[in-house]
Amino acid sequence: MSKIGLVLTREYTTRVRKKSFIVMTVLMPALMAAMFILPSYFMSQDDTKERTIAVYDGSTILLGQLESNNYTKFKFIPEAEYLKIKDHLKSSEFYALLVVQPNLLNTNTVQLISASNIPFDLKYQIRDKIRSVIEKEKMADVIKQTNVPDLETRIAATKTSINVNTIKLGESGEAKKSSTEIGMVLGYIFGFVIYMFILLYGQMVMQGVMEEKQSRIVEVIISSVKPFELMMGKIIGIAMVGLTQLFIWIILGVAIISGARGMMPAAQHAGSAQEIMAQSAQANAPAELDKMQDILSMMGSVNFPLIIGCFIFFFIGGYLLYSSLFAAVGSAVDAQEDAQQFMMPIMMPIILAILVMMSAIKNPEGPVAFWFSMIPFTSPVVMMARIPFGVPYWQLGLSMVLLIATFVAMVWAAGKIYRTGILMYGKKASWKELGKWLTYKS
Amino acid sequence: MDLFSAQEVTKTYSNFKALSEVSISVPEGTVFGLLGPNGAGKTTLIRIINQITAPDSGTIWFQGRQMKADDIYQIGYLPEERGLYKKMKVGEQALYLGMLKGLSRRDAMRELKIWFEKFEIISWWDKKVMELSKGMQQKVQFICTVLHKPQLMIFDEPFSGFDPINAEILKEEILRMKREGATIIFSTHNMESVEELCDHIALIDKSKKILDGPTLNIREQYKSNIFDVAYKGDFSKIEQQIGHKYSILAHDETGRTNSLKIQFLNGSSSGTLIKDLVDQVEIVSFNELIPSMNEVFIKVVKQNA
Repeated sequence: MSKIGLVLTREYTTRVRKKSFIVMTVLMPALMAAMFILPSYFMSQDDTKERTIAVYDGSTILLGQLESNNYTKFKFIPEAEYLKIKDHLKSSEFYALLVVQPNLLNTNTVQLISASNIPFDLKYQIRDKIRSVIEKEKMADVIKQTNVPDLETRIAATKTSINVNTIKLGESGEAKKSSTEIGMVLGYIFGFVIYMFILLYGQMVMQGVMEEKQSRIVEVIISSVKPFELMMGKIIGIAMVGLTQLFIWIILGVAIISGARGMMPAAQHAGSAQEIMAQSAQANAPAELDKMQDILSMMGSVNFPLIIGCFIFFFIGGYLLYSSLFAAVGSAVDAQEDAQQFMMPIMMPIILAILVMMSAIKNPEGPVAFWFSMIPFTSPVVMMARIPFGVPYWQLGLSMVLLIATFVAMVWAAGKIYRTGILMYGKKASWKELGKWLTYKS
Repeated sequence: MDLFSAQEVTKTYSNFKALSEVSISVPEGTVFGLLGPNGAGKTTLIRIINQITAPDSGTIWFQGRQMKADDIYQIGYLPEERGLYKKMKVGEQALYLGMLKGLSRRDAMRELKIWFEKFEIISWWDKKVMELSKGMQQKVQFICTVLHKPQLMIFDEPFSGFDPINAEILKEEILRMKREGATIIFSTHNMESVEELCDHIALIDKSKKILDGPTLNIREQYKSNIFDVAYKGDFSKIEQQIGHKYSILAHDETGRTNSLKIQFLNGSSSGTLIKDLVDQVEIVSFNELIPSMNEVFIKVVKQNA
């Protein structure tokens, strides 16, 4: 086995066997699943508490119009009773008191008084009920005044909701439905994965380098292996740790999602994709299935081979670029505390990249998105956010060439700093010092 | 034949000269002491031998030809600052280090077994390095250094951190490997062990080699014609008769026999000294004082200051 392979294997196996890695790898999807599933689970638990709400209607508009349901009952009370219970709500049978002033139509405001906190649901339920009563009332007035026949249905007919089907012209001129939403989601996911990966695993490289330097084993190792081989073995080994984790997460993610889908009866009747396609091909396909077909055809418009290819490229390029810098920093310092001053300039562009990515997703062809997808320090994250929307090939090519050139230069420079740094003890490295190390002969 | 030699090796770090035209030759099958005060450039030279760093000028020879990249498989290096991966298991780590030096997994395993049995540390195999004491860690590291049976071994302060018993075991092992044909470069500040172990030495100070040669010759070379004499008789007689010809450094008349330390001045010899003494007193013993390596070291380095 080549020496770089030996180093790489050690870096990989020692990390993958760590308890923290195993726990993290298994726990993370579980946590993510919990984050998505629990809120919707709780949401689906209906509010089944029975509440009776006293309504004092000074305006008389609402009288008898608020319909009770199983859980929320409305009881209209006369003024005398209202005055009686007004100050003793707590000891009364009522959960809350709804007070409607005579000038309701002018103020559009009612008061809901309760001794406890009123749930949002209940508040909105009441609001909607009152609104529909008032709207009906007003409508009736207008109909009476204008005397236009079928006015109500006519007005209802003016209500329109617009669907914008974004169509992107393909190379060969065929029109495909594209979707900005899907582009956004994909761009966000890919950009974010690269960002997280660079940040987490780049720092793991730095920690590893520092561990070797602090434990002084580095001198023994580099009497067998070239410092550059040691550095690259470490960088690649740790990248493989990350890829392993990512891979496991994808598998677990798919398993969890399909498992969750099986549990949700609503999704079940949707059936397989082909079934939907077949059904919706029929003339009077239900609207819901139409929508499914839309999504599927939008997914179809996304150039997955290109996206995945680019993802792999920018993923590797960005990681190599940053992890070599992290390795150089790790080699230059004796202790974690000293690393801070060098970390800042490395972290800044990554954080900038994720910020720019957010805006690039909204405006993937703007100048900000363009320039930051060219600059190699931000391009892996920003370009990934643009690609699902379609990027001209010359831009993609230029960005890739710049990234390759930069990471080759950075790996070379980091190798130089690393080689000198790992053997330098007790000397607090400055930027000037690092610059000098670049010029040292081997 | 020289197993290893460095010729006119110079190494400069930005504006600091670490080595200036240093040449050393290490004959095969010998122990070579690389001596010098702190910061003299020893570590730089050792790193050049290990190909950790390259010289600015000068050549390095190994087995009679210029050193190649592959030659590091023939070298074992125990640095002064020891270190192992703290969280890695002892056995796994030793295997890794052995394989980095070119051993196959199987060969490394076989050799490790022999060493672990010899040092009776088989039970450490699955322990993490951080669970071992410092001395135990050093033992493991020593094994890792010599596991691949290198032709050239470089030990930088190998005995530091060992108790006397373990230091003795280690010394025995080093001498055994020398008998079996290994060549050893030994860097230390402990001059007693230099006298005991080293066949040749080189002394580096302020980036230059200021002294080298066989250990015995050097001590001989630095003797200063001082003799230790035990005698029976009168000290005053010696003083009166021959005091002008020699310088008497010390005398003691309190013991069973009297003794004195005497140094002859220029143009004399031990023969004349004996003759001169015999005429005055009865000589019980007569020894020339050979300086210890410690004295040589101090003297040479001070002169160079």
